[in-house]
Amino acid sequence: MKAFVGIDLGSTTTKAVFLDESGQVLGRGITNSRSSYDLAAKIARDEARVSARFALLERSLKADEGLAAEAERLRSELIAHFHRHQQLVQLGRLREIAFVEAHAPRVAAIAEPLRERLAVILDAMEAEEKRPRLGILAKQTSEFFRDRAASAFSRLAEERADSTVKFGDLMGIFDKAILQVENTSFELKFDDSLREAAAELVPAMGAEQGQRLIRVVETSLDIDLDEVRTIGTGYGRQRLPFAKEDIRSEILCHGLGAHAQFPGTRTVLDIGGQDTKAIQVDENGIVTSFQMNDRCAAGCGRYLGYIADEMSLGVHELGPIAQQSTRHVHIASTCTVFAGAELRDRLTAGQRREDILAGLHRAVILRAVALLARSGGVEEQFTFTGGVANNPAAVDALQELVHENYGARTLNISPGSIYTGALGAALFALRAGEERWEAA
Amino acid sequence: MSGKAVKEQSMVKQKELIQDHYHELSRAPETGRKVIYTFVPGNLTELFRAFDLLPVYPEINALQSAMRQKSTLFINEAERAGHAEDVCTYVKTDIGMLRRGNVGPSGEKLPPPDLLVLSYTGCFTFMKWFELLRQEYDCPVVMLHTPYQGDGKITPSMVRYMVEQMRTEVIPALEKVSGIKYDEDRLKEAMALSESAETDLVAVLESAKHRPSPIDGYFGGVYYIGPIFNAFRGTPEAAEYYRMLRGEVEERMAQGLGPVTPDGLLANEKFRLVVEGPPNWTSFREFWKMFHEEGAVVVASTYTKVGGLYDTGFRHDKEHPLESLAHYCMGCYTNNNLPQRIDLLERYARDYSADGLLVNSVKSCNSFSAGQLLMLREFEKRTGLPGGFIETDLVDARYFSAANVKNRIESYLQMITQKRAPSARAEA
Repeated sequence: MKAFVGIDLGSTTTKAVFLDESGQVLGRGITNSRSSYDLAAKIARDEARVSARFALLERSLKADEGLAAEAERLRSELIAHFHRHQQLVQLGRLREIAFVEAHAPRVAAIAEPLRERLAVILDAMEAEEKRPRLGILAKQTSEFFRDRAASAFSRLAEERADSTVKFGDLMGIFDKAILQVENTSFELKFDDSLREAAAELVPAMGAEQGQRLIRVVETSLDIDLDEVRTIGTGYGRQRLPFAKEDIRSEILCHGLGAHAQFPGTRTVLDIGGQDTKAIQVDENGIVTSFQMNDRCAAGCGRYLGYIADEMSLGVHELGPIAQQSTRHVHIASTCTVFAGAELRDRLTAGQRREDILAGLHRAVILRAVALLARSGGVEEQFTFTGGVANNPAAVDALQELVHENYGARTLNISPGSIYTGALGAALFALRAGEERWEAA
Repeated sequence: MSGKAVKEQSMVKQKELIQDHYHELSRAPETGRKVIYTFVPGNLTELFRAFDLLPVYPEINALQSAMRQKSTLFINEAERAGHAEDVCTYVKTDIGMLRRGNVGPSGEKLPPPDLLVLSYTGCFTFMKWFELLRQEYDCPVVMLHTPYQGDGKITPSMVRYMVEQMRTEVIPALEKVSGIKYDEDRLKEAMALSESAETDLVAVLESAKHRPSPIDGYFGGVYYIGPIFNAFRGTPEAAEYYRMLRGEVEERMAQGLGPVTPDGLLANEKFRLVVEGPPNWTSFREFWKMFHEEGAVVVASTYTKVGGLYDTGFRHDKEHPLESLAHYCMGCYTNNNLPQRIDLLERYARDYSADGLLVNSVKSCNSFSAGQLLMLREFEKRTGLPGGFIETDLVDARYFSAANVKNRIESYLQMITQKRAPSARAEA
């Protein structure tokens, strides 16, 4: 089967999307962008390829008379087994590196008790990983190993730390080790992992059903997933190991991606980590005009990230808190760093945290609205993409300001909005592939 | 891109002209020649020549300082002296250069002015600029007020108003500083030479209507306008330079060659653009490269009309020398109102078969930047061609973010490609 791949190398995360020949999404992958863009692209692509493989498996399951009824459940369970296996491989790697680090001269004085505690913590983490946990299946793919491991490790390290081996000593080892785990790509051995996962399910099924499952798994593994064309986009696109003709600007990709998600789209606003784009597209998703923030990042996701750091909150917590606001507070939107000063000033003056946060969200969106005006305004329909589209307070402020300035507009936000750029890139890959065949 | 950059004869000639001029300026204290400082738009070069005066153009010094990577130093110097970050960066580069010894682009010291001639007022900053220089140099200023074409036309009373000022204020001031009596025949002689150079310049700029264009009308264009915007309009040397340049360009056109860039010949013209706004000077080569490495040629630009708009028919006229100087001053591009500018852009897009309009909005210059978005929207509406918008500065390196500019330019060119591709019209 032919697959068309789009990779969006953003400043914060790297996304990959696989499409089939009809333009249907087969798989998606996401990872942290890191110093090595090649590696980030590879990991996102591998993850998308795995998720495409599972999509193909689901198609095979649904095509099998005996298993069709249970296709979704089986797919979910297979994914759960597969991911557990994957996490264990990574955990094994983390253990290896952690013990190497525990031999460093820096920690020589506490080497013995340090290794002892590390072993206890890592054993406990492994035991937790092995425990079946179907409930959080759906979330797993979008969760980074780093985040899961960090939260488990720090919780256990807190329990194990004492006056000999301090919490900081343990976390120091973890930080060094996780960086190396993240920066090495390991062979997923998809086929074997899937076979193992299937084998684990078979005993609980009837003999005939078990046989069917093994057969379907083999059939789906026989499908050759041929990545015929890849197009790269995003902030780091110049660093992607692609030829020039395989690179598209993120403006075009966001325009086309948003059009694919919502065909009625005429205006797109994308607020990412460090840039904001206002894009106008025609009825075919072709960009007709665009504007980007130039000399300043005050209207971007980083602004909210900075505020979250200042308040010792997670960035995802900001929106829900701001939504509690009851009083309008005006905050200048000209500078991220000044906003931090203003925030502290107002907190000292006794203003409520939720009101200040709501004002800050409005400040970010005011910049975006100015950019939209520069690009030609807000037409019906209006699609909001990028990480900030997941922030409910930002969405509220946007809705309000767009209504004030342009009247009623349909505001679209896709649950997969973070993949919009990669989706657009994959659509370009599909078109480029078609053109090449036509030319041949 | 192929081949090595070839220095054409006209380039050698231009270099000589400019070097000789700076040398002449550096010797002014010995030779006793009088020096005036004035601005590029609305400059009265032929008139100065009639009084044997040597002109200095602070704007040109500023942009050349930037091309030699000196402007950051000069701007810092001016900011230390109390000029705020938001002040026009040409002004600060000039003031900084002055304060650091007034060594000009050729490496030789520039003489102080004997007179400041403020002959163009379409840029309000010019007035403040010379107010500052008057204080720095303790020298007189003579002002020629140029009425703005707010209604999009030059009326007989506007011309009379300007000629009257020339007769009663500018000419007496020039007589006084030079000790030479006004001789209208000398002025007429220079005017005839100007006209010849202007006609050849127009032929050079309009060669870009040809496919492929033998010139780049923006990055290359700024070199072509050098002598005519500088101290040489109305001289036999300038007339000869433009004859030579025209010959070279017509030869390139006959051979079907593209423009010469710093990295060689641009052999594969893929995009034809109209550009509005001045270029960035601190990263001029890098900026140009962002265009030529994508096969983008600027076929027409408005910046090359700031020191005189000749391709709409204006020529200096020896039969009516002062009246035509008045027309010249009022006709400069930034003295045109917004509807006139839009009309010109639309005409360029049509006459030069352009793929679109790119606006380079500079932080420093409100004479240019004010209204540019409006112009862009109107242009898009009238022509149906895609518009692009980038932001840089003239000579302040702090406002040139290469990664961002490159990203915008690439995105813009891809947008043009996408609009062109027939398969792109298919449903996604």
